[in-house]
Amino acid sequence: MLSVEEIRRQFPILHRQVRKGVPLIYLDSAATSQKPLQVIETMQRFYQLMNANIHRGVHTLAEESTAAYEKAREKIASFIGASSTKEVIFTRNTTEAINLVAYSWGRKFLQPGDVIILTEMEHHSNLVPWQILSSEKGIRLEFIPVQEDFLLDLDVYRRLLELRPKLVAFTHMSNVLGTINPAKDMIRLAHEAGALTLIDGAQSVPHFAVNVRDLDVDFMAFSGHKMCGPTGIGVLYGKQELLEKMPPFLGGGDMIKKVLLRDFVPNTLPHKFEAGTPAIAEAIGLGAAVDFLQEIGMDWVLAHEQEITAYGLERLSEIPGLKIFGPDASHKGGVISFTMQGVHPHDVAQILDQDGIAVRAGHHCAMPLHEKFHIPATTRASFYLYSRKEEVDLLVAGLEKILTIFG
Amino acid sequence: MDDLYREVIIERYKNPLYKGELDPCDIRFEDENPLCGDHIRIDLRVDDQNRVTEAAFSGHGCAISQASADLLLESIIGKSLDEVKALTKEDVLDLLGIELGPVRLKCALLSLKVLKAGVYGLGEAPDDLVGEGIE
Repeated sequence: MLSVEEIRRQFPILHRQVRKGVPLIYLDSAATSQKPLQVIETMQRFYQLMNANIHRGVHTLAEESTAAYEKAREKIASFIGASSTKEVIFTRNTTEAINLVAYSWGRKFLQPGDVIILTEMEHHSNLVPWQILSSEKGIRLEFIPVQEDFLLDLDVYRRLLELRPKLVAFTHMSNVLGTINPAKDMIRLAHEAGALTLIDGAQSVPHFAVNVRDLDVDFMAFSGHKMCGPTGIGVLYGKQELLEKMPPFLGGGDMIKKVLLRDFVPNTLPHKFEAGTPAIAEAIGLGAAVDFLQEIGMDWVLAHEQEITAYGLERLSEIPGLKIFGPDASHKGGVISFTMQGVHPHDVAQILDQDGIAVRAGHHCAMPLHEKFHIPATTRASFYLYSRKEEVDLLVAGLEKILTIFG
Repeated sequence: MDDLYREVIIERYKNPLYKGELDPCDIRFEDENPLCGDHIRIDLRVDDQNRVTEAAFSGHGCAISQASADLLLESIIGKSLDEVKALTKEDVLDLLGIELGPVRLKCALLSLKVLKAGVYGLGEAPDDLVGEGIE
């Protein structure tokens, strides 16, 4: 049985002090996770021993770096259950992956008046690309409401499907509420209505086992840096038959088979969507992160986070005037967003920082969701595989201190 | 007690002296800090020599932004509009008596930005009005 302490030994940053005598209590993993030695050292080794541009070179280093880059793609394909590496496109992050679908698939296959269904709990990255497309092409956007219990209103969803949408795009897990949406059922319903589906997996893929074939999802976007990997690398999964029909996103080197002065022939998948020199070291780093997570096991990660989250919900609900925005533990991943009566979230985060506790305050890139609840901002504590119950206790002590300051 | 949250800041946040609205008023301007959703509106009344006779702020925000608005308005009663135009970032930080990092500086300076934009009669409040030097 794995212990949290063993896992924490892999993360050097978790042992630093924020200031002299003040150890770091990192409760901001939903924004970005910390990185284990295995990832840091893999990237360092790449630059020390192997660095070369990929795909075109014939020298030894180029062959090695190409092999390492493509090996990372294989690891990721297997991690999410993709049928082939052709279905795994490297992007910069979740945002770029969603934009890729909006620009490439959306521009080619959508007509004025077509309907896209989103939800009220989306991150801006799954709103703004569709808003841009909507104003450009006259696409109609509809939204599945968030209920009082912080779950999606699936009755309204079923009614919206009668509009015969072309796409249903939704977050697998809300980065604010922690709500884990019933993706498999929602995807099945969308398919029955003739729609394609896209899930924003930025908060799900790092935290529990996600299998794209089991979900039968058409597109899925996620980011490396939230799953123990580096920044600057993300993934778009897409079903091969869809990606084949889509035009290129960005044009340039590597995405072409042949270029004439006035025309070009696009490369095959997955390279068709990877223009220019990609984030090679970062892709390889993400491969190492996938190895790391698989060695621990996503079931362990999920169970650990569920335990911490349940404990956090229980402890935080003891604090007078504290209101939690999110469903009960059974529908929730490892984020707890809250407000404290009479104290602005920025003040909460600032005072906690004095004790080395890193939480996030603001709208967490989900302004419409905050507006729905008539609050300008929340404070969010988020957990990962290295979080400890003691850290929840320190958070609670910090919040109690805030009560005395503002009391 | 944390330095950033000096007693005067907490006191002004909880019991502001200049919170409210002036209707009618001679100068009114409002703006927000998109980072944290802080929103401040400032209403001023001036006499025939363009001196501030009354001031009030409304809106919502963190302790730093609310306390700085309250202290700032207190400091401009009796001042001429030209004197108000000459106020700087340092004046606000002196009123608060704290050092702030770049993120919280925006909170502290929101009220000055709103005040100066109102006094200059501008359509919007550019950051360089208060010399933030960020964004």
